[in-house]
Amino acid sequence: MTSLKEPDPDSGHLLHNLLLFGRLLRGLGLDINPGRMIDLTHSLAYIDLSRRQDFYHAARSLLVHRHEDIPLFDAAFEAFWRKPEEGWVTVDLPGLSRAQRRRRPVITPPPLRDAGSAEQQDKDQTPVENRPPVIQVTMTYSAREVLRHKDFADLTGEELDAIKQMMAALVWQLGERRTRRRQPGRGRLLDLRRTIRRSLKYGGEVMEWARREPKHKPRPLVILADVSGSMERYTRLLLHFVYGVTAGLDQPVEAFVFSTRLTRITHELQGRDVDEALREVSRAVQDWSGGTRIGESLKTFNFKWGRRVLGRGAVVLLISDGWDRGDIDLLHHEMARLQRSVHRLIWLNPLLGSPEYEPLTRGMQAALPYVDDFLPVHSLASLEDLAERLAGLNERRPERRQFRVLS
Amino acid sequence: MIIDSIDNLQNALREQLYIADRGLATSIYLALKLNRPLFLEGEAGVGKTEVAKVLTRLLDTDLIRLQCYEGLDVHHAVYEWNYTRQMMHIRLLEARGERPSEAELFGPEFLLRRPLLQAIENAREKSPVLLVDEIDRSDEEFEAFLLEVLSDFQITVPEIGTIKAERPPVVVITSNRTREVHDALKRRCLYYWIDYPSFEKELEIVQAKVPHASAQLAQQVTRFVQELRRMDLYKVPGVAETLDWTAALVALDQRALSPSIVDDTLGALLKYQDDVAKVKGDQARLLLDRLGAL
Repeated sequence: MTSLKEPDPDSGHLLHNLLLFGRLLRGLGLDINPGRMIDLTHSLAYIDLSRRQDFYHAARSLLVHRHEDIPLFDAAFEAFWRKPEEGWVTVDLPGLSRAQRRRRPVITPPPLRDAGSAEQQDKDQTPVENRPPVIQVTMTYSAREVLRHKDFADLTGEELDAIKQMMAALVWQLGERRTRRRQPGRGRLLDLRRTIRRSLKYGGEVMEWARREPKHKPRPLVILADVSGSMERYTRLLLHFVYGVTAGLDQPVEAFVFSTRLTRITHELQGRDVDEALREVSRAVQDWSGGTRIGESLKTFNFKWGRRVLGRGAVVLLISDGWDRGDIDLLHHEMARLQRSVHRLIWLNPLLGSPEYEPLTRGMQAALPYVDDFLPVHSLASLEDLAERLAGLNERRPERRQFRVLS
Repeated sequence: MIIDSIDNLQNALREQLYIADRGLATSIYLALKLNRPLFLEGEAGVGKTEVAKVLTRLLDTDLIRLQCYEGLDVHHAVYEWNYTRQMMHIRLLEARGERPSEAELFGPEFLLRRPLLQAIENAREKSPVLLVDEIDRSDEEFEAFLLEVLSDFQITVPEIGTIKAERPPVVVITSNRTREVHDALKRRCLYYWIDYPSFEKELEIVQAKVPHASAQLAQQVTRFVQELRRMDLYKVPGVAETLDWTAALVALDQRALSPSIVDDTLGALLKYQDDVAKVKGDQARLLLDRLGAL
């Protein structure tokens, strides 16, 4: 490690540079708190500035509070606090900003199959402001009914817009789970504090027993969506659906997409505008329409994310057609593990909407024994059914077959 | 003792058998100097809780520990009224023909002090160490509450008033990251991610903590565990597991690793059936072979 230039306290150089450094980090998307910047300047009195390592750790522990931000901080630190001979702050900042959080090269998602017409593509590339006002409103009841049941893969451009609107109007709600937190209510537990307080009105005589009951909270939701080649016709609308659920639920939703590998898109979906959010998603995902390796993707999920996002009786929606070109044994194994870690594992398959579909693919065959609910997701009507089912989830669930197999 | 430099602190920690990286020592040092809570995150068994315990010994003060769990509420974290005594008091007054007054019934003598209140109120000479363990197990309601307490080290009991810490406690918060703790809370703290240790560091820890282990055993155990951490396991062993395993081997009078003893004691190291099945037998033999124990 090289040592920092001996600071000249009178010149105020160091302070100035510290502030610049803070601004750089903020520019890179780190959550820099002014209070901690002030703490950092105070901390200079306690550390030996000639030991670069100490300064580094002081700055890092005060300015970074997310493990995933550490690499970015390191890069910024390296670039900014270089040896004086190379100049104090004249670093390759533009180069650095390329490494910004969640900014990756743009790869646009595949267009919908029937959206391949030039007209539709033009429309998609028009900036939001210039887009023609959206149609419909006066659709007849029967037209709406037909649309509700129409397969997503068969929609025309106009119908697509109508469906998106109807999708945005869906109300999402998730079944609740009994938490271990208590609140005043009619439960079995006595609330002695309130009981005594009330008794004071009657000179210390307990006239009524106040009680507490468990508090209920919605279950956490995790969505895993397949965006591989075979799902292409559904991908775009299903992402709309994922966005709709994320935005529509009060509790945080964790979302991931996969084809050959897993990408977390939770942050990308946070935006207020659906189109903007989906653009962010398409930037983040590297493997649109690739092959499918469900087993491998689930393994990454189980290893890297399971412990972090599946706590507290989570419900998992796994959206895929089950066309798998990966290791089938692995798929068995990871599905079993996933089901054991969640309250309810719901597999949504767009092909299930067609009456002649049978889940015969190897992947689907391997996964089915570990699925709590197997539902279609090909039309608006099927989404409405799903919404109803999610809202009705309770403590009970269908008996799991994997335990029958094992015992 | 007086801690007046990072080196000094690092040595003092070492004397207490805690081997800390320079980075961790820097964070602890600044937490003490700036009076900021220290937020330690990392996988299970890397020695997060131990930091609080060692600090307690080092500062020669008391440790107040709050183990978090879902639903942890004010009654268990801060204060509770002693209802039995309150009722007794009411009955006694009644016997004398008096009526209880609210101020009397909700006075300090009926207050049960839970960890957070104890840490704030501290009627002690030295600031205690407050350990908020496994904050990720608690829920948002508690997090919000803790944030309030940590922002100005004061607690309001409606019936009594606001209690403010004269000497703020040294606060250590740990998290296993089973869920993301809200940024607002982390922002108030010095944050340090404790990683699995390097071979050299882990060997040093094993030798310090299990001094009865033979030099050969300590070496082999450490190398074996380091190799396991590179494998595709659901839960790789932490330092706590390394120490447990070494202690188990010492208790069985082993001076070196052998395939049969590894198979028999693997349960001290791996806590998932899938992982045990994967390592037991051939894989263990292969690892031992690689580290020259066969």
